[in-house]
Amino acid sequence: MTDMPLSPAASVPDRKPASLLEQDARTKARNAAEKRFRLYGVAAIAISMIALVVLLATILTGGAGAFRQTYLNIPVALDAAVLDPKGNRDPAEIAKVLTLSYGKVLDAAVEATVARHGIQIEGLSEKDIDNLISKEASAQVRNRVLANPDLIGQTVEFDVLTGGRIDGFFKGRVTMDSAARDSNTSPQQLQLAQELADRGEIVTRFNWNFLTNADASDQRPEAAGVGVAILGSFYMMLVVLVLAVPIGVAASIYLEEFAPKNRITDIIEVNISNLAAVPSIVFGILGLAAFINFAGLPQSAPIVGGLVLTLMTLPRIIIPTRAALKAVPPSIRDAALGVGASKMQSVFHHVLPLATPGILTGMILGLAQALGETAPLLLIGMVAFIRDYPAGLPSGLFDPASALPVQVYNWTQRSDPAFIERASGAIIVLLIFLLCMNVLAIWLRRKFERRW
Amino acid sequence: MYDINRPESAVTQKDIKIQARKVQVYYGDKHALKDVDVDILDKTVTAFIGPSGCGKSTFLRCINRMNDTIPIARVEGEILLDGEDVYDRRVDPVQLRAKVGMVFQKPNPFPKSIYDNVAYGPRIHGLARNRAELDAIVERALRGAALWNEVKDRLQEPGTGLSGGQQQRLCIARAVATSPEVLLMDEPCSALDPIATAQVEELIEELRSQFSVVIVTHSMQQAARVSQKTAFFHLGNLVEYGDTDDIFTKPKDSRTEAYISGRIG
Repeated sequence: MTDMPLSPAASVPDRKPASLLEQDARTKARNAAEKRFRLYGVAAIAISMIALVVLLATILTGGAGAFRQTYLNIPVALDAAVLDPKGNRDPAEIAKVLTLSYGKVLDAAVEATVARHGIQIEGLSEKDIDNLISKEASAQVRNRVLANPDLIGQTVEFDVLTGGRIDGFFKGRVTMDSAARDSNTSPQQLQLAQELADRGEIVTRFNWNFLTNADASDQRPEAAGVGVAILGSFYMMLVVLVLAVPIGVAASIYLEEFAPKNRITDIIEVNISNLAAVPSIVFGILGLAAFINFAGLPQSAPIVGGLVLTLMTLPRIIIPTRAALKAVPPSIRDAALGVGASKMQSVFHHVLPLATPGILTGMILGLAQALGETAPLLLIGMVAFIRDYPAGLPSGLFDPASALPVQVYNWTQRSDPAFIERASGAIIVLLIFLLCMNVLAIWLRRKFERRW
Repeated sequence: MYDINRPESAVTQKDIKIQARKVQVYYGDKHALKDVDVDILDKTVTAFIGPSGCGKSTFLRCINRMNDTIPIARVEGEILLDGEDVYDRRVDPVQLRAKVGMVFQKPNPFPKSIYDNVAYGPRIHGLARNRAELDAIVERALRGAALWNEVKDRLQEPGTGLSGGQQQRLCIARAVATSPEVLLMDEPCSALDPIATAQVEELIEELRSQFSVVIVTHSMQQAARVSQKTAFFHLGNLVEYGDTDDIFTKPKDSRTEAYISGRIG
């Protein structure tokens, strides 16, 4: 009798024969928990999607303007008396004429155009008319003349950049209200611009110069472009690609396949993981100390930026590469060794091809991270204002340059609101590059994965 | 004495392909294989049987030094292949493995075409001087593995697309293609269905005419069917070694008897 509580019949509480058509309390609770969990998931995804959409919308609306630019089409009489005072068409002599003189020629040309159209606006000052065009315009014209001195003495049609405020007016950034409070423009000037636009003299076109131009000074945001930054980023990526990828992949293969598993390799492994977590600005300090102060490499040069980014990217390539190698089933290694392949042959003929998609993905994501990195570049002086193009390869690696994320940082520091538009435009360029790299990573993974 | 004995020993040596003497294997501190002495004959199928963890696979992997890939494994004693110690310091395991082929428990074809799977060994060992010779080797190996008729029209298709039994025969073809002198098989049928198993067993019987086959198996029926010699391992010891018929009908050791009658293992 004392055994009764232990017998199965007694230990299981009486269960009524339940219908399958109705859920019992436990099932209901379980189903509710599952439903809640799904809801959390949907909510999390919805929040991140909303954040992404808001981010993209902000950047796109803010930056789209950077890809359009208004130009004023004017005939410019290139007065020989001003532009070539000696009259001998000697390029050396012409080069001595500064943009100041060209400015006067241009002012006259703008005034003539306004007069030709017979536009009369009350309270419109001569300064308003002259400031219609960008300060960059005189340099624009001068460059054309220096390239072709024969133009002197002729009247040539130029599409000159309009001033930043006028440009902003046509993009909706500057309004009559804001102009009234702005010392750099006036409602009358905007009215004049509108009149000229109505007559087809001011046109808005796709802004190729944004992609090719160098940075410009605070006074002329309309002339600023990301050309130098793209080149600088490109050179740095080249350095990273050439250094970090082979070193990283070779190190991973050695560590994963060949190195003995002992205390030393354990320490190395821990250190690599730690390096991946080191804040990037620390790598900047390292680069400053090691490459610039110690090795004496030039400041602001893509070679230094590339070396710093290489150090930063190495662990980020090694970790996914090792994971990819580890994911190759050991049976493949056994199979290769079993038919008499050497360790090296088994790795390079069988393991590496199978790990390729993972390695490529890690590599491209590492590069993408390096492309978007700002902090270490600030420390090695890639914040410099670069007006002229760096020279082509290979000397371009040692010339001062900027980088896309640094250019964004740089422009957000400037006071003129037109630079916000430029910064957003640069972000769009950066995002397009990153998107392309990620798409490439996914495509490569798909392409190599099919044989698995 | 010496002169008289010599021709006799030469005769016996000729028949013995692999001679293991006092083989000890340690995995770290664990003594996995103790004092194994065994003579494996040429052109014979030798089966290793025993319960799980008894060391039969460990011993098999010692013969072609696959245990080298396990960092903590340590092997003592000597294993002579044709009178040469495979654990001699001058032996390159890669060269050894070309002579001693291996087929694994799970079919593990390379994720390459059927042709490349078989051609890989001959390629890396330089067994073929041109494409025609390589084609001939591949065909011979696939015929030897009784797979040729099934795959001859799709040699360029991936080997991983074959059925399990076909994959295992492909692995056998891959091992045979390098013309090994010994073929080690580590439970080659454990992942196969009865029909595929029967095919592989038939194949083993044919392969015996060319070289010595050593097979590890969990199935005593399989050992009885395919092998001429059987070795019974238990807890790291080689308990009994002899003709298969003797082992299964009149075992000398009580542990062998207990195992084959299903009382241990």
